Amino acid sequence: MKFVAPDLMPVLPELFVLTMSCIVLVVDMFLERQQRYITYWLTQLTLLSVAILILSTPAVQESKLAMFGHYIKDTLGDTLKFFICIVSATVFLYSRDYLKNNELFRGEYFVLGLFGVLGMMVMVSAHSLLSIYLGLELLSLSLYAMIALNRDSPTAAEAAIKYFVLGSLASGILLYGISMIYGVTGSVDLQVVAAVVSGKHDHDDLMLVFGLVFLVVGLAFKLGSVPFHMWIPDVYQGAPTSVALYISSAPKLAAFALIIRVLVYGLGSLQGDWQQMLIILSILSMMLGNLAAIAQTNIKRMLAYSTISHTGFLLLGILSGTLEGYSASMFYSIIYVLMVVGAFGVVTILSQSGLEIENIRDLSGLHHRDPWLAFIMMTVMMSMAGIPCMVGFYAKLAVLQAVINIGLIWLALIGVISSVIGAFYYLRVVKFIYFDEIEHLRRKQSLEISRDVKFVISANGLLIIFLGLYPTALMTWCTASLLD
Amino acid sequence: MLSELPLLSLAIWFPVIGGVAILFGGDNPKFTRLFALTVGILTFLISTQLYTEFNTQTAAMQFQECIRWIPTFSANYHLGVDGFSMPLILLTAFMTVIVIISSWEVVKHRFSQYMAAFLIMEGLMIGVFAALDALLFYVFFEAMLIPMFLIIGIWGGSRRVYATFKFFLYTFFGSIFMLVALIYMHDQAKSFEILDFHKLPLNMHEQMFIFFAFLLSFAIKVPMWPFHTWLPDAHVEAPTGGSVILAAITLKIGGYGFLRFILPIVPDASAVLDWLILTMSLVAVVYIGFIALMQQDMKKLIAYSSISHMGIVTLGFFVMFTLHRHTGNFSGATMGIEGSMVQMVSHGLVSGALFLCVGVLYDRLHSRQIKDYGGVVNSMPVFATFMVLFCMANAGLPGTSGFVGEFMVIMSSFKAGFWLAFIASFTLILGAAYTLWLVKRVIFGDIRNDYVASLEDVNHREILMLSLLAITVLIIGIWPDLLTSIMHATVDNLLRHSTLTKL
Repeated sequence: MKFVAPDLMPVLPELFVLTMSCIVLVVDMFLERQQRYITYWLTQLTLLSVAILILSTPAVQESKLAMFGHYIKDTLGDTLKFFICIVSATVFLYSRDYLKNNELFRGEYFVLGLFGVLGMMVMVSAHSLLSIYLGLELLSLSLYAMIALNRDSPTAAEAAIKYFVLGSLASGILLYGISMIYGVTGSVDLQVVAAVVSGKHDHDDLMLVFGLVFLVVGLAFKLGSVPFHMWIPDVYQGAPTSVALYISSAPKLAAFALIIRVLVYGLGSLQGDWQQMLIILSILSMMLGNLAAIAQTNIKRMLAYSTISHTGFLLLGILSGTLEGYSASMFYSIIYVLMVVGAFGVVTILSQSGLEIENIRDLSGLHHRDPWLAFIMMTVMMSMAGIPCMVGFYAKLAVLQAVINIGLIWLALIGVISSVIGAFYYLRVVKFIYFDEIEHLRRKQSLEISRDVKFVISANGLLIIFLGLYPTALMTWCTASLLD
Repeated sequence: MLSELPLLSLAIWFPVIGGVAILFGGDNPKFTRLFALTVGILTFLISTQLYTEFNTQTAAMQFQECIRWIPTFSANYHLGVDGFSMPLILLTAFMTVIVIISSWEVVKHRFSQYMAAFLIMEGLMIGVFAALDALLFYVFFEAMLIPMFLIIGIWGGSRRVYATFKFFLYTFFGSIFMLVALIYMHDQAKSFEILDFHKLPLNMHEQMFIFFAFLLSFAIKVPMWPFHTWLPDAHVEAPTGGSVILAAITLKIGGYGFLRFILPIVPDASAVLDWLILTMSLVAVVYIGFIALMQQDMKKLIAYSSISHMGIVTLGFFVMFTLHRHTGNFSGATMGIEGSMVQMVSHGLVSGALFLCVGVLYDRLHSRQIKDYGGVVNSMPVFATFMVLFCMANAGLPGTSGFVGEFMVIMSSFKAGFWLAFIASFTLILGAAYTLWLVKRVIFGDIRNDYVASLEDVNHREILMLSLLAITVLIIGIWPDLLTSIMHATVDNLLRHSTLTKL
């Protein structure tokens, strides 16, 4: 029997994150309370060096398999992993002061966060149904624990339990689907699955279609599309704001990769089948997400429903089944993360000295308190609404173009109508910020924002405008990473 | 020397950058207003350069600039003007200067942001007129909503939030259908160039779809009856400057859309559905004219009069199809379109001026209700002269710009059919009725109350802005050729385009 040592070079970023997570875990145990910043900086160092590591590895033209076909290194994976690391680093930066103020500045947040990042990286680079599941579970388990980080808060515990129960159910469904696919194709390797499925002339194979349905349900749950969206509002509202910030951002990139890997790479020849399902998911998400968001007074719940509606738009590109559409969706997911980090970032930063930003009303008169943050929040909101000059418009434009290209004009019309509905609640946030006076309670509260946080949130806001004027570079990058 | 410069880009970005600079420049109103005025005047000078160097012999786009912008969508940063867009750019730059003068010491609250919003708005509006790429057009068209949303929402009256949401969502709702139509055409033409869209062959089914998508968007912007309900609210609640810009420029963008998009891109659908536009226009002229008669609020009255006057504009655009059916040729159609263009410019000046007059009164008495005034002429004779002049122009008195456009459009529609002209000429009667009645109730008569008696007449600044407008109104009224001569070639070209079938 010959023992083949796997080539570990392609997996280097993951190994690095794994090692660093363990080191952070151990180091944190020996730290005093006031030395906790070391954990924070080690985490940031890890994420930034991984980002640099990914960028610095020479771009390979051909994708490379590793770990016996369970893992693939390609440009799509690299691009998404780069953004996941950058976004997570930003998330940790925005959360830092919030965690300190709320007695949550503990090593667990960062260690769990790093393990979550590792899970996302595995998801992004997975090349078999098994590694997809492993990555997903690693991420989900970290998230369950992070939500419950604040032990004394009953709402957080409730949210964590809810997410855990529903999440396990979804994982079970996903696993069930995987087992059916395995039953039909005899392999979990995506390449083999793809080959077997496309070789089948009889696409009505009941087992295969059932497997596909279960897979789509599982994926839709993780992405948070209607009707599998119930967990999102409760979790966002219940979790500490910094954790909601984490959940809402980078995991969406991973979820996008997951869908591309499973549906496009693995089951691409069943496109006719999953297109129908995604159309339904997409319409429901866009409409229900936007309609329900109107009724919200809690800003985190509103952003949760806004997320749901954005997933609907994201699916538009994927369901078109063209390279153009995938690249549009990828662009959308990156832009979405940029916007949501900005929105939750502002909320997190403003939640200071015991006064949380809970309701949209709490932002009243923000313009008088901090004109610059107010401007950034307006930029983010307008971008989410899809008003041009902000990058959110091009993201919507790209996915709409993808569906119009394949002749589904009615779907595009539903999309744009739902975005008009959505514009209402984004504008309402602007109304509170700019047209209303400061609430009495907050009049005396002075805002203290660290310099680095201010710098990054400004960059975040300005990037939305800059990309709104010149989105070309990012778009080309997205298309290029999907080409192989 | 100046023609070497990218004039259009300068006219767009100079005010935008000026506006952003004001935002960051701190809160010194004395400095801010001087700076804003300088930026406004310089932009106006840049745009006059467009007028003087404009070649009136050609219908081709002039002062073109083209840079690759988003290759993924094959969209270019393509600018250029012809006889339709150039006068409107000039109007935009002119009215912004007036607005800056008008808010000189009147606006107290967040002054620098007010100035910045108007300068940014100016750049975006010039961008709308100058864009030759449909995506670029759409970007400017929509981006314009943000400053106007803030202008109404921050500096508006008591129901400002309601009005500004209605304004924003209504126009946003209209324009998204245009977006879908644009993407659809991009899919066919593989380009976002408006001029490529002009040549794009489309079958009747497609043309119908595109026609309605555009119509919804521009009919809301103009606004045409029955899509006009946002306008009175927005006008009443907006601050004076906001009302002026809304009436003078943004409404014109709707009319401009008809000329740039609907007529040349979907000529066959326009020919088939011209009855729809004609009906909507005539209803606007007559029905909205009657509504204007009944208004108690001066701003509302002018807002309704705007809708009624814009009815004449859309009538002039679409009268050519009936004309062709009746007479078999298109002679006289040129007059209709040119008349509409003159009417647009004139209405921009006149309604802007009327809103400024109301603003002058409002600054003194803090009321817009007609019943609170009466006998203003006794305490403000100079002001009364101006107001009467603008009211006459609004009613279409010969010698003012208001007469030229209406007369040309009615002449043109007379050739198309007697009844068409008969109904259209109601604008003269109704227009005279509601404006003269307004004059009678506000300006003349006995002094109504002590407040009116103690009114101070207009100061030098107000005289300056009103006389600038008055001179322009009179010049166009006496010598309309200044305006029509630059658009002959473009109008002929448009007629050629929109009479060729695309089927």
